Amino acid sequence: MTPTLAQAAAEVGIDWGWVFGHVDEMWERTVEHVTLTGVAVVVGFILAVALSLVAIRWRATYKPITWFTGVLYTIPSLGLFAFMVPFTGLTLLTAEIGLILYTLLILVRNIVAGIDGVPANVVEAARGMGYQSRELLWRIEVPLAMPVIIAGVRIATVTTIGLVTVTSLIGQGGYGVFIERGISRRFLTEILVGTVLSVSLAVLFDFLLVRVGRWVAPWTRKTAV
Amino acid sequence: MISLVDVTKVFPGMDHPAVDGLSLDIAAGEFVVLVGPSGCGKTTTLKMINRIIEPSSGEIWVDGVAATETPAFELRRGIGYVIQQIGLFPHRTIAENIGTVPELLGWDRPRIAERIEDLVVRVGLDPAMLGRYPSELSGGQQQRVGVARALAADPPVLLLDEPFGAVDPIVRFQLQEEFLRLQEELSKTVVFVTHDIDEALRMGDRIAILNVGGILEQFDTPENILSGPASEFVADFIGGERGLKRLGLRTVGSVDLTRGPVVDVRSDVETARDAMAQYGTEWVALLDGDRLLGWVWGEDLDGQLTDLEPHSFWVELDPESTLRKALNAVVMTRSRVAVVVEDGIYRGMLGLETIAGEVDQ
Amino acid sequence: MGSPVDAKDGGVMDLFSDVSDFVTDPANWTGMITRTLDHLWISLSATLVAALLILPLALYLAHYRRAEFLATSLVNMGRAIPAFGIIGLALPISLALGLGVGYWPTFVALVALAMPPIFTNTYTGVTGVRRAVVEAARGMGMKDGEVLIRTEIPLAMPLIWTGLRVSAVQVVATATLGAVVGWGGLGRYLIDGFAQGDDAQVLVGAVAVALLALFVDALFAVGERFLPGDQTADRFSSVTA
Repeated sequence: MTPTLAQAAAEVGIDWGWVFGHVDEMWERTVEHVTLTGVAVVVGFILAVALSLVAIRWRATYKPITWFTGVLYTIPSLGLFAFMVPFTGLTLLTAEIGLILYTLLILVRNIVAGIDGVPANVVEAARGMGYQSRELLWRIEVPLAMPVIIAGVRIATVTTIGLVTVTSLIGQGGYGVFIERGISRRFLTEILVGTVLSVSLAVLFDFLLVRVGRWVAPWTRKTAV
Repeated sequence: MISLVDVTKVFPGMDHPAVDGLSLDIAAGEFVVLVGPSGCGKTTTLKMINRIIEPSSGEIWVDGVAATETPAFELRRGIGYVIQQIGLFPHRTIAENIGTVPELLGWDRPRIAERIEDLVVRVGLDPAMLGRYPSELSGGQQQRVGVARALAADPPVLLLDEPFGAVDPIVRFQLQEEFLRLQEELSKTVVFVTHDIDEALRMGDRIAILNVGGILEQFDTPENILSGPASEFVADFIGGERGLKRLGLRTVGSVDLTRGPVVDVRSDVETARDAMAQYGTEWVALLDGDRLLGWVWGEDLDGQLTDLEPHSFWVELDPESTLRKALNAVVMTRSRVAVVVEDGIYRGMLGLETIAGEVDQ
Repeated sequence: MGSPVDAKDGGVMDLFSDVSDFVTDPANWTGMITRTLDHLWISLSATLVAALLILPLALYLAHYRRAEFLATSLVNMGRAIPAFGIIGLALPISLALGLGVGYWPTFVALVALAMPPIFTNTYTGVTGVRRAVVEAARGMGMKDGEVLIRTEIPLAMPLIWTGLRVSAVQVVATATLGAVVGWGGLGRYLIDGFAQGDDAQVLVGAVAVALLALFVDALFAVGERFLPGDQTADRFSSVTA
């Protein structure tokens, strides 16, 4: 009944032939995965900016907004997708709505925290020099909040890349296809390929966003004395 | 230049006003210090001038315009503002920080650049720092940038809220001196808040001493406040050593110096003894032309004066020194006088009597 | 397939009456209760096992301020590794070890996924205790173990609890995917529903799994009030940092 460890090791070995035979499909799945992620993060970011502006302008709305986005964030991803399937079907739209909703909590929280984190004396100095509210927000507060906002975008992007693996279950492609198919065929190599590609993509995007962060916030490159 | 007329500020939820019916008139080019203990409303008063805080009632006039009638941002662009925490923009270089208000006012780039170059030198910063970020500068340097930034658009009025409160005493003294020098060149109308009475006495043309609740106790020159405190509170606040503080306000150059028992080193012993007798001293100072060599005891006078080894006056003052320094010089030498030398030329001396006489007046 | 067409053809009202039929049919009751309890049980036991495995290590490393790099990279790794991939990988390994499909691959994957949040929050919480407090504790003669138990753990408790909470909620979510590797739980309704084009079943599953996640989250929120020590720490501070 119990197989020896040697047998087990042989069974879980990697089939390199399969790997090299599927390079084309990997590229295809990469394009799908990146597209699903990109649309979700970009649209999520736009919505989050709008929600954050509301939260900053009308403070009382901040708690309800984070409560609501927090509830969405707590709901299991497959559950969130499934909830919409009866209405929007096993479609791209279903996948994107779910993914976008997941980014909101992280992004709104970081945008608002970033703006709130601007030192009070900087704001006072700016007001004292005659900045009006709008100029103050866009030219002082938003640039200074950039490192925290970018940190939020990083978390949102990496999280979304992980979540996109699940969208294969509602028929939307991405690396999840390898995992799902590997599970049904009980084929380790394919599952591993899907997982490793997803992790690699997350690491790559995280790295790129760190670079973007340094570019939009050059003053953080040099450390304080 | 700045007028506060019966200005009151009551913060929401507070029983007592922070500032209560305050009236002040500040002339153009005048350096006024608001000083008092915490809770006296000095910072509130300052911040009402540029409407960071809105007054509850009363009128504030800046340069003939009612502050409350002008849009706040417009008013502020014409008033330089420096706060203790400085509030430099961490995401902008030193040059961009200094150029903030000119940029808001829509100056063209070359003019802004020229202005920045000029200011950086004026406040004593190395132009090499212009491309750096605030976090790379020391506290003293940051405060200099803060001052340069406030001066950038050449506003006629400057408001400073404990600007030198966050730096160590040595740097603070340096910044005070530099600021006074700058003020001498620029003649801005300055309102300066501090809780440090010594800073107030050193910097201000006039000092407004405020009591808790924004009550004006006295508004006068440092000299008058020290010689005639208007109330018990003022006397307490300026503290002991009032005499010493007054001496700190006067310079040696402003009093009549005596020639003193001074003879040329080539004179004979008799001349030296005559000089001692004239001033009733037991010592005589020796000069080589205009240059002060030191002093010798009368009992050591013998033979040629040039053969004697004179004792030095430990402290030599210049006419810009304060009488307080002179007093220190007096107690530091056994001859009990302070000597004044300007550019290596002997000007005269003063003793305890002269110094004490200045406090009596 | 073709479920959206069905829904549109039948209309939303039909969908709701289907759902109501499903829920009111006594034949489905046992299944609903069993799956909910199974789901809850595997989630809580996996979180508990993960905590027992990782907490001692996290406390030890944090107390001596070792492996700071590991602590920071583990947060990022935890996010980057897809839960679906972990569950998938657990399957062939479980098969190879003769543990079969269903429960074991799901359980092992859940334990693995629960560990990073517990580790990083505990680590951040303990290292975040102000040095002055630790120094004072030492100054009063506490030994390492006493410093940990009497000052560091109580002060880090809000964050440790947050770690458990984040883990548990994430585990409930991931347990849904257990259905893909042949386990039961509420995920079955979703996977079966997709396969059969049964929208009513999908909707019931989606609502059930969402409610369960919110319930577990609320459970931990209530539990937080009974913790000793300072309860003012921000729940999300470790995420934003």
